[in-house]
Amino acid sequence: MKRFIARHVATLPKSGIRDFFEIVSKMKDVISLGIGEPDFDTPWHIREAAIYALEKGKTHYTSNLGLLELRRAISTYVEAHYGAGYRPEDEILVTVGVSEAIDLALRALINPGDKVLYHEPCYVSYHPSVALAHGIAIPVPTRAADGFALNAEDLEKAWQPGCKVLMVNLPCNPTGGTCDRARLEKIARFAVEKDLIVLSDEIYSELVYEGAHTSITAFPGMKERTIFLHGFSKAFAMTGFRIGYACGPVELIDAMMRVHQYSMLCAPILSQEAALEALNHGEDGVKAMREQYHRRRDLVVGRLNAAGLTCHSPAGAFYVFPSVAATGLSDRDFAYGLLDAQKVAVVPGGAFGPSGGGFVRASYATGYDQLVEACDRIERFVNTANPCSAPSSS
Amino acid sequence: MNPVLKLLTEGGYLTTAQMAQVAGVSEAEVTAHLDQLKRDGVFLGWRPVLDLSRESAGAVRAVIEVKMTPERGGGFNRLAERLSKFDEVESCYLMSGSYDLLIFVNGPSLQKVAAFVSEKLSTLEGVLSTSTHFMLRSYKEGSFLIGAPASEADRLKVSP
Repeated sequence: MKRFIARHVATLPKSGIRDFFEIVSKMKDVISLGIGEPDFDTPWHIREAAIYALEKGKTHYTSNLGLLELRRAISTYVEAHYGAGYRPEDEILVTVGVSEAIDLALRALINPGDKVLYHEPCYVSYHPSVALAHGIAIPVPTRAADGFALNAEDLEKAWQPGCKVLMVNLPCNPTGGTCDRARLEKIARFAVEKDLIVLSDEIYSELVYEGAHTSITAFPGMKERTIFLHGFSKAFAMTGFRIGYACGPVELIDAMMRVHQYSMLCAPILSQEAALEALNHGEDGVKAMREQYHRRRDLVVGRLNAAGLTCHSPAGAFYVFPSVAATGLSDRDFAYGLLDAQKVAVVPGGAFGPSGGGFVRASYATGYDQLVEACDRIERFVNTANPCSAPSSS
Repeated sequence: MNPVLKLLTEGGYLTTAQMAQVAGVSEAEVTAHLDQLKRDGVFLGWRPVLDLSRESAGAVRAVIEVKMTPERGGGFNRLAERLSKFDEVESCYLMSGSYDLLIFVNGPSLQKVAAFVSEKLSTLEGVLSTSTHFMLRSYKEGSFLIGAPASEADRLKVSP
């Protein structure tokens, strides 16, 4: 049957996380630090709002753009937190998570062969999303020495004629890297100079532990060339609701909406109702969760460094991205060895792009007692490892 | 808020060594914080959170509303403190509203709890009336939801 599959789909790389997941999910008593979502359940008041909406019979389509009341709340929230005002009527589109928003933006912007810059290591979907939109993805490396911040100089180096879009994800999954104002300003200038549209995925922006988060859309000349992407999954612990949004110039939002209306029609109404409750009454819950993540980060960074792995303190998100070079193992051998010997799951950094090689991603979205135990086990593994090799990739 | 107090109120069981790691302080500092909280009368002691409504726990719990006559000079304090000394009394609070004291009692059987109420509590001078409510089932105990499935099982073990 393979001959029927479209070439650009057939050639999509398999997610490096997938085969690892298959192994971990069959094992018992594993402490998994491989999970890219909050351990907190969605705060009850938000779940209750969704139940209430269901009871009230809110079971119909909404406007393609999403409920106007939700778009108004998003507009207020984005202006207050990111310093950019978007009109609820035509500059905001409610989507099925940021993932759909990225897909819509790329499909709305990319002609076959257009080039898209993105920094790496990065979220697993970026490269495939560009490929699915018939674009050419151009990775830009980031480094541990900079805390995995994105540098304009590296962008300059990677840039080629035909680049149309720059994708940024700050704070970054998997590295937790962020950019300070000075770095962002240079990136903004680069985007203006090269006439790029910036897709700014700021899904982790509430989870920043050093300084304040700054959005690239707030820099001069950026709002008219930025599609600001955000959602509720991480800050409000609403991953399963699949709800996000895009804010941007009216022409771009309109183009994205045209793809959205024919593919998705609208985001699920119950998730939209829950999102409205989250924006109206959820800030205390976000703060409480952020405080816990902050303490967990300090705990894990301290312990991993003490165990002999080099681990920068990530400024945001809920991942640490330590180097495993000190063990003499590749990221894959480390992850498989650790799983086999100590039953702790971390994700090999190579799953997030070639520049993630030699690192592993460990999520600290897990309770303190589990984290302490996992750190004990990692320490034991690093000290006594006589690890087996990873099975060859298939 | 004191970092140790914060960890205590968030629930979950951490040893002092684990608290030290989580709060980013030394174990000696955690112990010092705990000692200070004890001196301040905030931290009274460790207790497990138990669901005593389970049959296997072999216990009966009741809540008793007590109306009483306040005393000149001392109000309800003398009598409340006296009542609190009974081993059967788990917690005792002075309340606003239609009764004065709310008492949480537990005992090994319904008869024992009933005997405490009729023989000890209601015979005290100053106690005007009591109203005893036996607990039938727990839904939440000390911030723990009872019967709720462990949510960790619902998360995918590895996700992007």
